[in-house]
Amino acid sequence: MSNGLIQGLAAYFLWPGLLAGALLGWLYLWLSRALIARMQRRFGPPFYQPFFDFVKLLGKRSMVPAGTAPLLYYGLPLAAVISITLALAVMPLPGGLNASFTGDLILVLYLMEMPAFCDILAGFASRSIYGQVGSSREAALILGYSLPFIAAVSALAIQADSFRMVDVLALPFGPVHVLAAAAFILAVPARLKSNPFSIPNAEQEIVAGPHVEYNGPALALFELAHGLEFVAVGALFSVLFIPRLPSAGLNLVLYLAAGLLLVLITSVLAAATARLQIHRAFRFYWTWGALAALGCVVLAALL
Amino acid sequence: MGLFSSILKLSRRRSPWVYVLNAGSCNGCDIEIGSLLSPRYDMEQIGALRQGSPKHADILLITGPLTLRSADAVRSIYAQIPEPKAVVAVGSCPATGNVFAGSPTVEDGVLHVVPVDVFVPGCPPRPQAILAGVQEAAHLLAEGKTGRWHKEKHHE
Repeated sequence: MSNGLIQGLAAYFLWPGLLAGALLGWLYLWLSRALIARMQRRFGPPFYQPFFDFVKLLGKRSMVPAGTAPLLYYGLPLAAVISITLALAVMPLPGGLNASFTGDLILVLYLMEMPAFCDILAGFASRSIYGQVGSSREAALILGYSLPFIAAVSALAIQADSFRMVDVLALPFGPVHVLAAAAFILAVPARLKSNPFSIPNAEQEIVAGPHVEYNGPALALFELAHGLEFVAVGALFSVLFIPRLPSAGLNLVLYLAAGLLLVLITSVLAAATARLQIHRAFRFYWTWGALAALGCVVLAALL
Repeated sequence: MGLFSSILKLSRRRSPWVYVLNAGSCNGCDIEIGSLLSPRYDMEQIGALRQGSPKHADILLITGPLTLRSADAVRSIYAQIPEPKAVVAVGSCPATGNVFAGSPTVEDGVLHVVPVDVFVPGCPPRPQAILAGVQEAAHLLAEGKTGRWHKEKHHE
């Protein structure tokens, strides 16, 4: 085997891909649950809880709902995990693969969208009415939060005049970064489906949204994909907005700090707010999200 | 394999997700179950979460004397929970029928319909007792000793 292949596999399966991503994702999921519990004056779960949840779900017997193809039922969560891990492996993180190519930013955006698309398809494929309601809500929400999210990434790409992540990383820190980071953070709670925007998976309201018919190992994979999504959003944030330092150790600390910052923001927001209706969330993103999007893109084009 | 099965056993004990089913209850027990989520009893400390879908659950909490009309719903919900699963009968009603025992419209006990693992007596039981019941059911799940009490009754 060539050296490049080994490095690629290591980046995919170990750091910053599957293994490190899963561990970090479980840490972030626990931290989010524990922070919300503390803000509600509870103690919350012990820190190994997401890991135990995952293993327990893996060990449950699985039931495929009648009328759903097993290939689709197991394939969708698997596709979600595979693509979000690939997004993590491609990103130029400290200690990761340094194989940047033209357009890798577009690839990462596409791969990070995959878990949401798999969710939507899973909801429709499960043939449950609650799953279908959840899926249509998620599809509408994507249209909302994609506006500030894609605009934040595009603004930096316009400034760097390139869709290579290495070029975006090399940008000197400027006012565009501040505005684009604001637009990015605006989109994060909806991306992670946490509280004011927990509209697609609205537990108790529409049972469990797109995952209502999912159980056992397939549900475990969806939970894993959710944890990895947390990590990938934090990783993209650190790639886009956090200036690189000469020391690799410090860069690593900054990478973790970016993830923890996003966990803190989403948890505080989730504990402080109630769920919005889908049209209100949509209106929020198409007014404030659109303003932030327009602001950062125009600023990037002018500067 | 040995390592995975021991981790799996531990996970089943530490992550009991519950689904609450009201089978004709007066809501007294449901209120006490609701308080398990409050800061005072905080069920999440033992890893328990209340799930909206029976397909995500491990433990079925049944309240109420099990009216004849709800019996089929109870059977269906029980069948929808993936194995391994445990049932906790919360309160005196699902255990014996309580004050409704002998009524032509109730099933005198949930064990005539689905297997029960833990009975939590009381009318209503205190939240600590329900929490202890959930914990015991989680232990039974880990040991693989579920389905302890079952006595199918056939009506003419």
